[in-house]
Amino acid sequence: MAKIYFSEEHEWISVEGGVGTVGITEFAQEQLGDVVFVELPEVGATIDKGDDVAVVESVKAASEVYSPVSGEVVEINEELADAPGLVNQHAEGDGWFYKVDLSDDSELDDLMTRAEYDAFVEGLE
Amino acid sequence: MNEIHVAASAPVGTVTGNRGLIVEEPLIFEQGTDTGSGVDLPEPFDVPDRLGDFRRTGPIGLPGLAEPQVVRHYTRLSQKNYSIDAGFYPLGSCTMKYNPRLNEKIARTPGLGDLHPFQPVSTAQGALAVIHTLAGWLMELTGMAGVAMSPAAGAHGELCGVMAIRAAQEAKGNPRKVILVPESAHGTNPATAALCGYSVVAIPATAEGRVDIAALKAKLNDDVAGIMLTNPNTCGLFERDVREIAELVHGAGAFFYMDGANFNAIIGRVKVADLGVDAMHINLHKTFSTPHGGGGPGAGPTVFSEALAKFAPLPFVKKSGETFELVETRAQAGADAQPFGRMKGFHGQFGVMLRALSYAMALGKDGLKQASGDAVLNANYILARLKDTLSAPFEGPCMHEALFDDGFLKDTGVTTLDMAKALIDEGYHPMTMYFPLVVHGALLIEPTETESKQTLDLFIETMQALAAKAKSGDSEFFHAAPRLTPRRRLDETLAARKPVLRWSQKAD
Repeated sequence: MAKIYFSEEHEWISVEGGVGTVGITEFAQEQLGDVVFVELPEVGATIDKGDDVAVVESVKAASEVYSPVSGEVVEINEELADAPGLVNQHAEGDGWFYKVDLSDDSELDDLMTRAEYDAFVEGLE
Repeated sequence: MNEIHVAASAPVGTVTGNRGLIVEEPLIFEQGTDTGSGVDLPEPFDVPDRLGDFRRTGPIGLPGLAEPQVVRHYTRLSQKNYSIDAGFYPLGSCTMKYNPRLNEKIARTPGLGDLHPFQPVSTAQGALAVIHTLAGWLMELTGMAGVAMSPAAGAHGELCGVMAIRAAQEAKGNPRKVILVPESAHGTNPATAALCGYSVVAIPATAEGRVDIAALKAKLNDDVAGIMLTNPNTCGLFERDVREIAELVHGAGAFFYMDGANFNAIIGRVKVADLGVDAMHINLHKTFSTPHGGGGPGAGPTVFSEALAKFAPLPFVKKSGETFELVETRAQAGADAQPFGRMKGFHGQFGVMLRALSYAMALGKDGLKQASGDAVLNANYILARLKDTLSAPFEGPCMHEALFDDGFLKDTGVTTLDMAKALIDEGYHPMTMYFPLVVHGALLIEPTETESKQTLDLFIETMQALAAKAKSGDSEFFHAAPRLTPRRRLDETLAARKPVLRWSQKAD
């Protein structure tokens, strides 16, 4: 059963069998507006927690996406190249960015649960 | 096929769809014919054809038009444009001040306007005198020891400054790795640092919109090559701790680059040398009233402190006795100079320098001082009269621009963007929106010294009326704006996702 975590930089990571799927949250896509381009990391890249690993560009702004965990990128969402709008339609589903093979599961402890993240977002508004 | 469809202006009921003198203008490629021509060329000589298979077989794809058709096309396009000659242009951070006609008259003097850069230097002494004289003005106005005149724009001037900083650090044995850039700096600053091979470390702003000194202290170390500080900053505020910042930076063996894009707010009043600045570019196309916007040439001469002056790039003008020479090589530059290289072909944007010198000499030092005073007064007048209608994130007084956020639009369903679109219908170029990023939904208004109190009052009343309309719940009025432009809201998402970057023949 996948377990989902959230970061203060508005990324989500859904972890199952040591592999995490990463994307930006519903709140983040709402703030960004229509997404027009997503730059993804390369498969095989080794990333550290906090690295800027992707860029999401909307009609309003270009923002960096910081990796919530360390590990190796094992897959990227190729569909985003032709359909960046997926991020707006299904930010926390089909609009995922990349999958990462976690090198340190304990990093997940620093992230938030859904309820904690919802409260965090509420505090921002 | 052109896939981008945008709503045309509200219909006016004319037979043609034209709106008086505002004509629906097709692209020039849609008007010409393959065979038409505005030039009468003689038939080519009867020579043997050696092109063989390389001979073109299809049409060349250029529109064939008569001269009056071309003139009308571009004149009509220009009528759809907005300019400082047409009206108030309060685009914050851009300093859209009036371009005096005297500048243009001087620039059209045949002896200056018809010069060619390949002319022998002995026949261009007047032009070199212009560059040399303007260089003298810029050093006098800033109190700095040297100036590079060749940078061709503000960001090019930044590049010049940071390359000099890098050259100076290298001369000391270590180029270092980091440039510090406060959040309230211009967006070009981090780009410049990155282009020079430095990593950028951001310094946060305080709640009052200025550099956080404690954060700066924490980030200064032996890796820091320099800091790039915009002052006055993009919140329209003077960094009042600037001298302390300079001392801290110098204490760490780093250099102080000040982004001089907002020099128009302090010219004639502050000698930047007194602030501890090592390098600063000056946007002649802002502070010195030369035309810009729409891609016209700018110029970003960069002044240097004693510590950096010897690293300034080639070429520069030197006066020997009564003659001027253009120093183009390291050998010519002399033993003390260590120019880091060359930034541009020839000597920089001469036409812009000429207009800038015309402006400086027409106003004089006292006039320039009054210009900066009037620019700041105008911005504060706007801040004072609008701060209760709009919402001002920082306490005034401000410098040359007044910053508001979108707090006053809360729960109205109207955004900063909608407000800007509505302003277009009212006959104004909108202010800068969503910049600086440190406030939410920013509206940055820079009136410049150009505007009279009458113009400012009319603008203020317009803003008050629009704000009242937004607060009254009439969001539909804003969402439908602009109504009166040749095109209404563009579909920015579609344009970004499926850009049509060139015209192609429509299938018949």
